[in-house]
Amino acid sequence: MAENELAEPKTSNANAISRRDVIKSVIAAGAVSSTSYLFRVSKVWGQASAPGAVDRLITLNVNGQQRRVDVMKQETLVMTLRYKLGLTGTKIGCDQAECGACTVLIDDVPYYSCSVFTHTVRDKKIQTIEGLAKPDGTLHPVQQGVIDQQGFQCAFCMSGFVMATVGYLKTNPNPTRAELAHGISGNLCRCQDYDKILTAMMRGAENLRKA
Amino acid sequence: MAVIRDVIPAFELFQPTSVDDALALQARHGVKAWVLAGGLDSFDWFKDRIKRPEVVIDLSQVRELRGIRADANGLEIGAMTTLTEVVRHPVVREKYGILPDAAEAAASPQIRNQGTIGGNVSQDARCWYYRGGWPCYRAGGNICYADTPTGLNREHAILDANRCVAVNPSDTAPALIALDAKFVVRGPKGERVVNAEDYFVGPAIDITRMTILKPGDLLTSIRIPSTWAGSQFYFEKARDRKVWDFALVNVAAAVAMSGSSIERIRLVVNGVAAHPVRLTAVEAAVQGKPRNEETAKMAGELAIQGAEPLQYNGYKVPLMRNLVMRAIRGAAA
Repeated sequence: MAENELAEPKTSNANAISRRDVIKSVIAAGAVSSTSYLFRVSKVWGQASAPGAVDRLITLNVNGQQRRVDVMKQETLVMTLRYKLGLTGTKIGCDQAECGACTVLIDDVPYYSCSVFTHTVRDKKIQTIEGLAKPDGTLHPVQQGVIDQQGFQCAFCMSGFVMATVGYLKTNPNPTRAELAHGISGNLCRCQDYDKILTAMMRGAENLRKA
Repeated sequence: MAVIRDVIPAFELFQPTSVDDALALQARHGVKAWVLAGGLDSFDWFKDRIKRPEVVIDLSQVRELRGIRADANGLEIGAMTTLTEVVRHPVVREKYGILPDAAEAAASPQIRNQGTIGGNVSQDARCWYYRGGWPCYRAGGNICYADTPTGLNREHAILDANRCVAVNPSDTAPALIALDAKFVVRGPKGERVVNAEDYFVGPAIDITRMTILKPGDLLTSIRIPSTWAGSQFYFEKARDRKVWDFALVNVAAAVAMSGSSIERIRLVVNGVAAHPVRLTAVEAAVQGKPRNEETAKMAGELAIQGAEPLQYNGYKVPLMRNLVMRAIRGAAA
């Protein structure tokens, strides 16, 4: 155990331990004891051995990052994204699988994140609107299409529309306007700006093909 | 109707990885357990706090329930296969085209990406009095709020109503009945295989359920025999909006021709009763007849015999008649 090593340093090199080493060891000791604490708790509950039992502390792959997060059993993905991970680009509109404002990609497929339990996507790749632009700030071609065409009025529905379009274009990169309209028909716009949105998304598809 | 949509009330969640484990969990928790497939029927119940299960058994990790196997005898579709997977499968598209037509007509792209074929056929009624938590017959009470002088019943039943006037909202169900599919159900007493039309129950048999599934039962797969592979198909869904909406009435037909006359046909409508309605009398009447206007007219009139509209759904009678006529005329008509 790290504690023992700390408590009984070898006398021969005791003076060689720098302040930094001590701090590192303390951090390591903390890490060890915190995981053993969790392990002990799950053993006491007997949950780990029951078939299909679920631990609250899980790791999610969001926008290419491994995010450790404590998730309630009944928590929806949009709640985890917005209120636990601070990814508020994903919106909650209707919260009942009607409007599409909460659309995110799960393994490249568009889903309503208001109607997915976070625990069901533990081993999947989640992508939100925050994960589209490159690290240097270059926008995704579909995002650029929105700017090129000034596609939205109030834009509350925009991140959902953009994610639905990015997901649809992975299955059909060169859609007709009618095909794209059908492909993103699971998203609503209260401003009724559909024609302009569709123009922007078609421009995005074109940008993506050129990129 | 309580619309409180912050956090769903707490439940214990189980994510079994095999059908055996899922069935064991169902057996252990009995009526307290809620089986979750895609979840799109469940979330409204949970968020509205109308159903508050203590235990949710999520099937998303059960790999053996997913996927489509095709062989010479037909298809076997795992109950957890998504509607999008059904729509995109090349063999389904080539030989059983009515099923992707029906699956693609359901809901919206995101819902089809998540919603499963097992869930689509097993979904509960969408009557808003019932979904709103009113203590109606279907919810175990002793009144139907839709079938009253002031009840709003535009989307409700015109056939086979018995106290409850809710309808079955599934799009894939009539297509599967037209294809003569068999549903594989596993439960405490083992496995049973039922004809698609026998999977659904009306209120006269069990007013609180839409299907034969009882607590402890699991629909594991749907088998489609090759009998109707490559036949002439017809599917049409009438609804208020072009997407997302449930059917007001839909119709599914599989037709085998002998020369210019109908040799065999299976004809099903949904959205008119608490279960999909197979029109066996019409099937018998059109056998041996050509697919023309005269046959279509006769079939349409026969289909609506016995229809009893409520105050606001009288339009469903001619709608059902006309959809049956179009199914008999076929795609060319």
